[in-house]
Amino acid sequence: MANLTINGKTFTLDVEPDTPLLWAIRENAGLTGTKYGCGIAQCGACTVHMDGVAMRSCGVSVSEAEGKKITTIEGLASGDTLHKVQAAWIAKDVPQCGYCQSGMIMAVAALLAEKPKPTDADIDEAITNICRCGTFQQVREAIHTIASA
Amino acid sequence: MNKHVSPKMNRRAFVVGTAAVGAGLAIGLDLPFGGPAVVRAADGSPEVNAWVVVKPDDTVVIRIARSEMGQGSLTGLAQLVAEELECDWSKVTTEYPTPGQSVARKRAWGDFSTGGSRGIRSSQDYVRKGGATARVMLIEAAANEWKVPASECTVAKGVITHKASGKTTTYGKVAEAAAKLTPPADVKLKDPKDWTIAGKGLLRLDTADKTNGTMIYGIDVKLPGMLNAAIKDCPVFGGKLKSYDEAKVAGMKGVKKVVKVGDTAVAVVADTWWHAKTALEAMPIVWDEGENAKVSSESIAKWLAEGLDDAQPAYVGNKNGDVKAAIAGAAKKVEAVYNYPYQNHATMEPMNATALYTADKCEVWCGTQNGEAVFAAVLEASGLPAEKCDMYKVMPGGGFGRRGQTDYVRQAVLIAKQMPGTPIKLLWSREEDMAHGRYHPVTQCKMTGAFDANNNLVALHYRLSGQSILFSLRPEALQNGMDPAAFQGVAQSGEAAIGYSVPNLLVEHAMRNPHVPPGFWRGVNVNHNAIYMECFMDELAHSVGQDPLEFRRKLMGNHPKHLAVLNAVAEKIGWDKPAPQGVYRGIAQVMGYGSYVAGAAEISVTEGSKIKVHRIVASTDPGYVVNPAQVERQIAGSFVYGLSALFYGGCTVKDGKIEQTNFDTFNSMRINEMPKVESVMVPSGGFWGGVGEPTIGVAAPAVLNAYFAATGKRIRSVPLRDQNITFA
Repeated sequence: MANLTINGKTFTLDVEPDTPLLWAIRENAGLTGTKYGCGIAQCGACTVHMDGVAMRSCGVSVSEAEGKKITTIEGLASGDTLHKVQAAWIAKDVPQCGYCQSGMIMAVAALLAEKPKPTDADIDEAITNICRCGTFQQVREAIHTIASA
Repeated sequence: MNKHVSPKMNRRAFVVGTAAVGAGLAIGLDLPFGGPAVVRAADGSPEVNAWVVVKPDDTVVIRIARSEMGQGSLTGLAQLVAEELECDWSKVTTEYPTPGQSVARKRAWGDFSTGGSRGIRSSQDYVRKGGATARVMLIEAAANEWKVPASECTVAKGVITHKASGKTTTYGKVAEAAAKLTPPADVKLKDPKDWTIAGKGLLRLDTADKTNGTMIYGIDVKLPGMLNAAIKDCPVFGGKLKSYDEAKVAGMKGVKKVVKVGDTAVAVVADTWWHAKTALEAMPIVWDEGENAKVSSESIAKWLAEGLDDAQPAYVGNKNGDVKAAIAGAAKKVEAVYNYPYQNHATMEPMNATALYTADKCEVWCGTQNGEAVFAAVLEASGLPAEKCDMYKVMPGGGFGRRGQTDYVRQAVLIAKQMPGTPIKLLWSREEDMAHGRYHPVTQCKMTGAFDANNNLVALHYRLSGQSILFSLRPEALQNGMDPAAFQGVAQSGEAAIGYSVPNLLVEHAMRNPHVPPGFWRGVNVNHNAIYMECFMDELAHSVGQDPLEFRRKLMGNHPKHLAVLNAVAEKIGWDKPAPQGVYRGIAQVMGYGSYVAGAAEISVTEGSKIKVHRIVASTDPGYVVNPAQVERQIAGSFVYGLSALFYGGCTVKDGKIEQTNFDTFNSMRINEMPKVESVMVPSGGFWGGVGEPTIGVAAPAVLNAYFAATGKRIRSVPLRDQNITFA
């Protein structure tokens, strides 16, 4: 059993302490917006926020996540108001297949929380998610659009 | 509104009132375009025809048979239908018919396959006719009601007007009557220059759900009572499952069952996938690896190299003049051998499918590039007839050719068959996905160019050796044993024709098929053929001290469309002006999938091995551009995929198995490595070419040729990873 705080709600989940947070979120809490891509913290598809910090949830155990404030893509918007990254992603038509974009959006949201006006170098350093469709050009443009708003 | 409706999990999408058979179009398919009996969508709204349903509130549902996998075809096809329909784009939604419904209606929606950059180009004609036919019927219904000639009525944004009487109505109000009309025998399509919806860079219809976690991919499918399966297939292709120790994992948490899957694989079924995977990894498995366990990348390379020898048999794909005599009598000869490795598709979402089998029904939910192929796999694996099977497409997390295959669907059904009544979601681990791809084929190429005393190229011998995709996947498409697709980009004519005229030319293929299963990998044979031809063209140009662009131009006089895109990138990148200090350029062109494309790169190289790509310019002539914003994204994306393969890709074989296991050993480009791609679209009209793939062909050779310009070193082997060349 583990108690996790996800998107402001407390979940009491029947999981072993060493279960990766990714699978507890997807299979036990039932929030499938967070994606599995590699399981070894390489691709970033599973990125969530833990106490505001972007983390690859496949590499975090449930026991490490207990007591932390976890935010997934489902909890990024405030009610019906989209987060500015989500809004920019729609306005700039960023996603292609979209599978990596939950993680991409969470990584970008964390970057902008820390650096509201990131330079290209800041983006290069902070955004290391894999996108096989190759949406990088639109990702970069959307970030700059948000920053200059 | 304006949103793609994913199929509901537990219902049939339509109620088919009667088998609708109308006027078929002359495309080898019987496409029913309406009447006399009305076919209704699940909510009772009438189909005007198979492509168009209009609801009373004027919402227009456009049916899409091809798969959306990120490439934007769903939006582009909807634009084409809406353009002819003259409906209000803001009221358009889309919906997938299922293959089972299509079969029940005499293949009403035609071909579902979405590969070979065919999504739009191969269905544009009949989907536009679908939209135009519906428009004519809707107008006629209004005219009948008003008792005026249809020719006096006009329509704009779904509002029909009879000017003389001042009457207006909307599509939603007349759809019921329209659905009962006999469709027109023939309709005239708009001239693309008059397009107002198609041809525009409209936003995609399926974006919102991809930004908030609600888009359902195959991995996200949930059904009541569903269990999860993890699988291991024999890591040596062609090997078999010998034994496994079920007792070791039977008591592990969540484990429900261990099942054999065919002769080669074993799966653990559990409450959660994490439990299934954990148990599978703990279970001892013995494989009968067979003879293929002796195969390695080295043994494959040796076998392919033997095929480069002229004494070995080869299929001739393109020929004029007498190459051998011309080379023998030439003043100067240049020779080079290149190779290109296996590549895994590595879609972000690993392969998966959910299957529910009962004694009289089998249903599958999955992402796929070919709903009909999945349907056929469900029939075969379940043993049930067509009327007892169906499949429901959900969004695939990438396709790139991998999801045109159905191996993962067959596995899911074979597992579900052993647990009747329980839905089973089979998900591959990334490691399983890397080990069981359908890989870009392995090839080598020996090229010989010969010059006369005035440095004119008089002969070109292009000898491929290596794997045929069609031999493995579509043997019925071989021509007396020859794989015509092996010559993509260097063919004599057709949709992937060579862009050069050389007085003596011989293009041939010594087919050698190793045991590693090949597949259609974005760009397919254009990838290696474009590297071989375009890098060798560069070598030839330098060997006679000529500018690579000018050298090509001299050979392209009979290929004006190839030349036009090459000139377009040359102009955009400023080929006639010096590059910035320390920056070097490379250029390439090819034709594939009916489109003419060219690319140019500007790079700098530090320490001889660290490449920074500063700038990419790419041009395409696909005939027509349905959505320029999406074409731009496909071009940029194709460079990410192509350059990832060049720098980081490549799958090697050891003991018969693929060595790369995950993104740590099969890396992919990140945002810091990718420059902006500047797209130049030069659609010349009169033909329909593809978009998703062609430009990938020029990505690698443009950069490799720039690398030569920067360093004087010629790279003839991919990936660069193996030569310690990296991104700066």
